[in-house]
Amino acid sequence: MNRILKRALADIRDNGFLNAITVATIALAILISSAFGLFFINASRLMTLWQQGVRVMVYLQPEFADAAVEDLRSRLEKLPAVGKAVFISKDDGMARLKKQLKHQLSLLSNLKANPLPHAFEVQLRPAVRDWEEVADLAAAIQKLAGVAEVEYGQGWLDRFAAILRLFKLAGFGMCALFFIATVFIVANTTRLVLYSRREEIEIMRLVGASEGFIRMPLYLEGILQGAIGGAAGLAGLLAGHLYLSAQIDPGLLPSQFEVRFFPPALIAAILGGSMLAGCLGSLLSLRQQLKT
Amino acid sequence: MMAPPDQQAIIRLFGVHRRYGALNALTDIGLDIFQNEFVFITGPSGAGKSTLLKLLYLGEPASEGQILVDGLNLARISRKRIPDLRRRFGIIFQNYRLIPTRTVFANVSLVLEAMGQKEHLIRKKVHSVLRTVGLEDRDSALPLTLSGGEQQRVAVARAIVGNPQILLADEPTGSLDPSSAGVIMALLQRYHRRGATVIIATHDHEMIGRTRGRVIRLEHGRLLPQPTADTP
Ligand SMILES: Nc1ncnc2c1ncn2[C@@H]1O[C@H](COP(=O)(O)OP(=O)(O)OP(=O)(O)O)[C@@H](O)[C@H]1O
Ligand SMILES: [Mg+2]
Repeated sequence: MNRILKRALADIRDNGFLNAITVATIALAILISSAFGLFFINASRLMTLWQQGVRVMVYLQPEFADAAVEDLRSRLEKLPAVGKAVFISKDDGMARLKKQLKHQLSLLSNLKANPLPHAFEVQLRPAVRDWEEVADLAAAIQKLAGVAEVEYGQGWLDRFAAILRLFKLAGFGMCALFFIATVFIVANTTRLVLYSRREEIEIMRLVGASEGFIRMPLYLEGILQGAIGGAAGLAGLLAGHLYLSAQIDPGLLPSQFEVRFFPPALIAAILGGSMLAGCLGSLLSLRQQLKT
Repeated sequence: MMAPPDQQAIIRLFGVHRRYGALNALTDIGLDIFQNEFVFITGPSGAGKSTLLKLLYLGEPASEGQILVDGLNLARISRKRIPDLRRRFGIIFQNYRLIPTRTVFANVSLVLEAMGQKEHLIRKKVHSVLRTVGLEDRDSALPLTLSGGEQQRVAVARAIVGNPQILLADEPTGSLDPSSAGVIMALLQRYHRRGATVIIATHDHEMIGRTRGRVIRLEHGRLLPQPTADTP
């Protein structure tokens, strides 16, 4: 094994320029696709946080009878997405408003009557993550008797979710493309190495070297290229990540949120993927070229 | 055949043909070569000497006929076992065929590495064989920095380092001056004395005249009848 590694390293050294280009290309592919992945992961975590904060406010019609409150509550809580429905009477509502407007109380002092409607604050079950479920729920509540208006989150959150979905698709597509590109880059490098070594390989065969002995270092080279390129790409991404997350104004993000790098398991998976791509590249080329 | 009858044939050819398209490079070759024989294959250029050697180690397949090497039937051998066959041979090619980017040491050690031998053993054996061919101090040189005679000695070292039963040499002295040629021939004879079978393709009649061995003559791809027994 040690000897095979030595031969692979010697090969890489002898074809230094070619290998450098290959590794750089792999690094770039990994950098771009994992930058995408990293953005996506952080954005969806942010999205989840926002969604967890979502409350559906249900405003009742002004003529709603106090007696019907309990009936509506039980009907709300029967909806599968609903965890709990808290009644906020128009007086409670006014009290909250006053609290919020502590310093501008004079604005409210002119009011003769309380203009606020009764309301329910509906909390979602923790299982409800999908934005569409929230929208469906809102539509269902809207149909209940006595409900004037349903308010849930902002429209931009909706659009953000849609963009994120698009991102996810594009991200997967891009990862697949870069994976294939890496395979072909390594395959091409292996092909050129094979070409430059064809006489040597022929001699090895003639002195009794097995196909395994001949191919092993070339597989290893592909794997090494994948590993080095992958590590370089991730290192570049980490540097960019550290730089950019230091630049972000923390006030823009929810307080519980911090921009994170990939967890170790995912880093291992990315490296593994890039090594696999390298190995497949060599394999492809060897299958094609070394038919005697 | 004039080989001693008590000896065993290590190589047997029955009705072997080799064609390149319409060209018959070898026609109906029947031949036994015995263990520890010293054999010359001779004949004019294009007679089929190199082709005959190539068929033995499956450098090329025979178009027709049977070849047995040490009990292996070359027509039936599986691809996986070809390395096994080739390790029975040490081969000195017509034009050295050293790997130009590898040192003398690496060119020779390759054979043992391919056999999967231990590193310290390889080191020992390669140094020993380089001493045998008188190149112990050139082990880190690249082949192209050596003279023709020296390159051929590296080729000899590579051919014998794995201690093969059969040594094949295609024009081993073809491009060498007489004294270098003498050195190479002495090395081959020395290896023969260790019990190996040696087969040399050559048209150097002077060398054949100076060396004991059976002479097999080829012309236009056919064996000529044996004119004499061992040349003196
Ligand atoms: N790969 C090949 N394709 C086509 N013809 C070939 C091939 N190899 C050999 N030949 C032909 O087969 C014949 C025998 O060639 P071979 O190399 O065996 O001759 P040789 O006796 O070794 O000659 P020399 O003494 O010049 O080395 C020649 O006519 C040659 O042109
Ligand atoms: Mg020849």
